[in-house]
Amino acid sequence: MAIVFQRPHALKETQMHYCPGCTHGIIHRMVAEVIDELGIEGTTIGVSPVGCAYNNYLYFNCDMVQAPHGRAPAVATGIKRVHPDNTVFTYQGDGDLAAIGTAEIVHAANRGEKITTIFINNAIYGMTSGQMAPTTLIGQVTTTSPFGRKPEIEGYPVNVCEMLATLKGAAFVERVSTHDIKNLNKTKRAIKKAFQVQMAGLGFSIVEVLSTCPTNWGMDPVKSLKWVEEKMIPQYPLGNFRGKDLEV
Amino acid sequence: MAQIDIIFSGFGGQGIQAAGKLIAYAGMLENKHVSFLPSYGPEMRGGTSNCHVIVSDDPIGSPILNSATVVMAMNRPSLDKFEKYLEPGGILLVDSSLVNRRPERKDIRVFEIPATQIASDLGNLAFANIVMLGKLIHETGAVSAEYIEKGLKKVLPERKHYLIPDEMKALKIGMEY
Amino acid sequence: MGEKILMKGNEVIAEAALRAGCRHYFGYPITPQTEVAHYFAKKMPEYGGTFIQAESEIAAMNMVYGAASAGARVMTSSSSPGISLKQEAISYAACAELPAVIVNIVRAGPGLGGILASQCDYFQSTKGGGHGDYRMVVLAPSSVQELYELVVDAFNIADRYRTLCMIMGDGMLGQMMEGVEFSDQEEIFKADKGWAVTGTGMTRENNMITSIYIDPEILEKHNLKLQAKYREITENETRVETYNCDGADIIVAAYGTVARIIKNVIKTAEKEGIKVGLIRPITLWPFPTATFEKYAEVPKAFLSVEMSAGQMVEDVRLSLNGKSPVHFLGRMGGMIPTQKEILEKIREILK
Ligand SMILES: Cc1ncc(C[n+]2csc(CCOP(=O)(O)OP(=O)(O)O)c2C)c(N)n1
Ligand code: SF4
Ligand SMILES: [Mg+2]
Repeated sequence: MAIVFQRPHALKETQMHYCPGCTHGIIHRMVAEVIDELGIEGTTIGVSPVGCAYNNYLYFNCDMVQAPHGRAPAVATGIKRVHPDNTVFTYQGDGDLAAIGTAEIVHAANRGEKITTIFINNAIYGMTSGQMAPTTLIGQVTTTSPFGRKPEIEGYPVNVCEMLATLKGAAFVERVSTHDIKNLNKTKRAIKKAFQVQMAGLGFSIVEVLSTCPTNWGMDPVKSLKWVEEKMIPQYPLGNFRGKDLEV
Repeated sequence: MAQIDIIFSGFGGQGIQAAGKLIAYAGMLENKHVSFLPSYGPEMRGGTSNCHVIVSDDPIGSPILNSATVVMAMNRPSLDKFEKYLEPGGILLVDSSLVNRRPERKDIRVFEIPATQIASDLGNLAFANIVMLGKLIHETGAVSAEYIEKGLKKVLPERKHYLIPDEMKALKIGMEY
Repeated sequence: MGEKILMKGNEVIAEAALRAGCRHYFGYPITPQTEVAHYFAKKMPEYGGTFIQAESEIAAMNMVYGAASAGARVMTSSSSPGISLKQEAISYAACAELPAVIVNIVRAGPGLGGILASQCDYFQSTKGGGHGDYRMVVLAPSSVQELYELVVDAFNIADRYRTLCMIMGDGMLGQMMEGVEFSDQEEIFKADKGWAVTGTGMTRENNMITSIYIDPEILEKHNLKLQAKYREITENETRVETYNCDGADIIVAAYGTVARIIKNVIKTAEKEGIKVGLIRPITLWPFPTATFEKYAEVPKAFLSVEMSAGQMVEDVRLSLNGKSPVHFLGRMGGMIPTQKEILEKIREILK
């Protein structure tokens, strides 16, 4: 990959544990770069999810809290209300945010909680070995949809951004992807804006990042990126759903 | 043979779990008591894989091993981790095509088999574990080759049964190595 | 009995449930019991049953509440943090007297903890992890074969007494493969579920499933009824294995996979001339108090060995009621007591 930078200060030197070709790592790097660029490492507090990123509190140099499965937005709410001048973000997978944590994310957004959520949509439960996620595509085979996801039985993929964009408290909602450099750059811009929206006190902000799970998709890294582009984006169109014109 | 405690270890994808399962199945078919315990959870990430197998004439106590009478190490990290698990007099089998150091202990029996090389010569890298297993059953008498063949019929799905003659060939090469 | 096959504990749980007539399973993925759900996902369609991966353990247990109210044989499974989330509906189901089977493949806690084997949920399971004066039957298998048998029994006990029944194992039991022989025909208790909600068909009074009793006198009466049922279960369903106890120098109390380690210890100790006995509770609730009373005067001491900070040992002490010294050896965090340390402890106690 052509993007070779120095390690951002907000990221520790610790070796990350993600599988080869998993895009969790690059997203961490972009969050850290944004923290560096905004100069907020000393005032930022992150909340780790339960999912493959469960121990990303080991990777960031800012203060970090590990939350129960799906509850990161509630934990972040508690932190933010104690330290309203700090920047608080959650980092959550699609099982964490869109299944067990649906209530927490909806209500944090609806309260216009001034936090930022980085939402990793990889259409699967990575950590627990490839079960169906709410975001799993129709027909996608997983360990708990062994015959492919069928809408009659398992319902439809959940489009989180479209859903949250209906809430007044959600100030900034954008979906981005990791499948090529152009989109990685857009991802970073979106993350930066989401943090800025929070810092400007405008309300809740979320960036949904389409991400890969080569291990549980049973694909090599290159094919995984193609799968994001060809299969995921039609279900999860990229773009801004709220707050495009916010001045920050 | 009263009880054989085996640790299989290597990279994910080297057929470590398959080898463990196979010997357990073969032992069970041979009317022995067996247990098979895989490593599980996020351990699978990072690529190492191991399992504990016990084959015994008597009912089995703990399926988890704090020490072993046999260790089969298919890569360097496995050797580094499990060499010390061996009881004195125990058997260490190493895939010498992939492990670039010699075992250190002097109080054990060491067998270095270039299993991956042999498998590659046979035209199927996936047979390395079977080559190793051949040597293992030859040195330990844990189960007989006949029951490995019966076990293969159980652990392999029907559509893969055509592979069994070749697997048995690889097993024999290992046994005679 | 059929042919012996090599199967993983978690898969045996699902297979046993299907054989016991369970056609409804609701769960949420969590290590180390994910294979239970994977197995159901694959097999349920063949049986025309329902497999749902719920959005959370809270939802899964409430789906169980609904399906049990509707009269079905129903199961959920999870591991420690997930079982914590089920507690609200567990308490409700206990009050509403709903039969259902809950599997807890315990992992090391507290918190998110670790995924390795542990017995740290003994208190939660046997003393009521949810609120209120309720009990549920807790079965603790120690082999894959026994896992199969107890899952079938669990459904029968649940239906017979209109109670919740928990299977409590650990990651070792769930993950390990052992030989298992399935019966050609499991014994299935056929309950009359006239209380279930099925639609009145305009032929009977309506059925109501509830757990709210605002009137204190009525609620107390309901509690007394529950307590009477728990006494009946205690009388009829307490299960325990004793091994080598007569004339033992020391009796070890251990359940589940730990009891297997003790059986190894017994053999080794024998060579040193120490006679070690084992009392293995199979029902953790109801606890086999009478068995401990029976052997109270036999050994010089009792030793409870657990993968916890010391939970079952409290019930051992209560059962012995001061008649014998009770010692404890425990490991935590996913660490497993070794034969060696257990033997050392035994030697030290007997010194
Ligand atoms: C209460 C509770 N239930 C279940 C789990 C098990 N669990 C760990 S991670 C996970 C799902 C993770 O999937 P996702 O959020 O999509 O993250 P990914 O691993 O894909 O990044 C689950 C169900 C848990 N730790 N706690
Ligand atoms: S399992 Fe999937 S999501 Fe988890 S680290 Fe591996 S590739 Fe990434
Ligand atoms: Mg995911």
